[in-house]
Amino acid sequence: MSHSTPYNRYELMEKIQMVDFALVELTLYLDTHPNDQQAIQQFNQLAVESKEYKALYEKQFGPLRQFGASFSGYPWNWIDSPWPWQL
Amino acid sequence: MWYYEKKLQYPVKVTECNPRLAKYLIEQYGGADGELSAALRYLNQRYSIPDKVIGLLTDIGTEEFAHLEMIATMVYKLTKDATPEQMKEAGLGAHYATHDNALFYHNSAGSPWTATYIQAKGDPIADLYEDIAAEEKARATYQWIINMSDDPCLNDSLKFLREREIIHSQRFREAVEILKFERDRKQIF
Repeated sequence: MSHSTPYNRYELMEKIQMVDFALVELTLYLDTHPNDQQAIQQFNQLAVESKEYKALYEKQFGPLRQFGASFSGYPWNWIDSPWPWQL
Repeated sequence: MWYYEKKLQYPVKVTECNPRLAKYLIEQYGGADGELSAALRYLNQRYSIPDKVIGLLTDIGTEEFAHLEMIATMVYKLTKDATPEQMKEAGLGAHYATHDNALFYHNSAGSPWTATYIQAKGDPIADLYEDIAAEEKARATYQWIINMSDDPCLNDSLKFLREREIIHSQRFREAVEILKFERDRKQIF
């Protein structure tokens, strides 16, 4: 991830969806192929990338994850719209 | 425990208000081979399945809840601007009479979701075979709905979900092989 121009909300969300999809896919694959070292390496690399994109998103658009997995601004902004089905 | 994330697994866009399509799609929300059934089936089977495949059932079960949210989003977007008259014309008059434009866990014919849609036999091979069958039936349902839908935006999301059913089915087949291998290995002294 080396990008300096700001993304709009949809672009950034789509980036996160892409990276996270690869992580879901690798997770299910590794569940039945636990000795594939290359896949594990790819998984860990993408996990870092996902965290970076989410930090970028949350700085602009508020927390993505519940129960302390994301930080809150003031006032408490977890409850702010839009929710995923409203986006 | 589970952590909610304010994010759909894959984008859901619809071209226009279309309660007729929502009526078909609700099959994958509260129907026998829908996403609710899938999530509850796998997450419940976890407790009595051999350790080797608990991770897979946990992860696929969790992904099914993300799919459930995608279906809900489709139904929500297809019906949120529908008038009572449009709901009636789409065959959703009976739904509107009880639920207004709210979502509800029933199939496309209006039968409410029931636990009889799912099974937990305690026999790992029997359970995994049921899971494979469920994925294949869900894949077929997605195909039939795509065949009837003329909304290209919606079809893009439906195709994503159809492909996920294929992957899940394949992973469950691998789980069966893992368990067979373990069983045979234990017989060699």
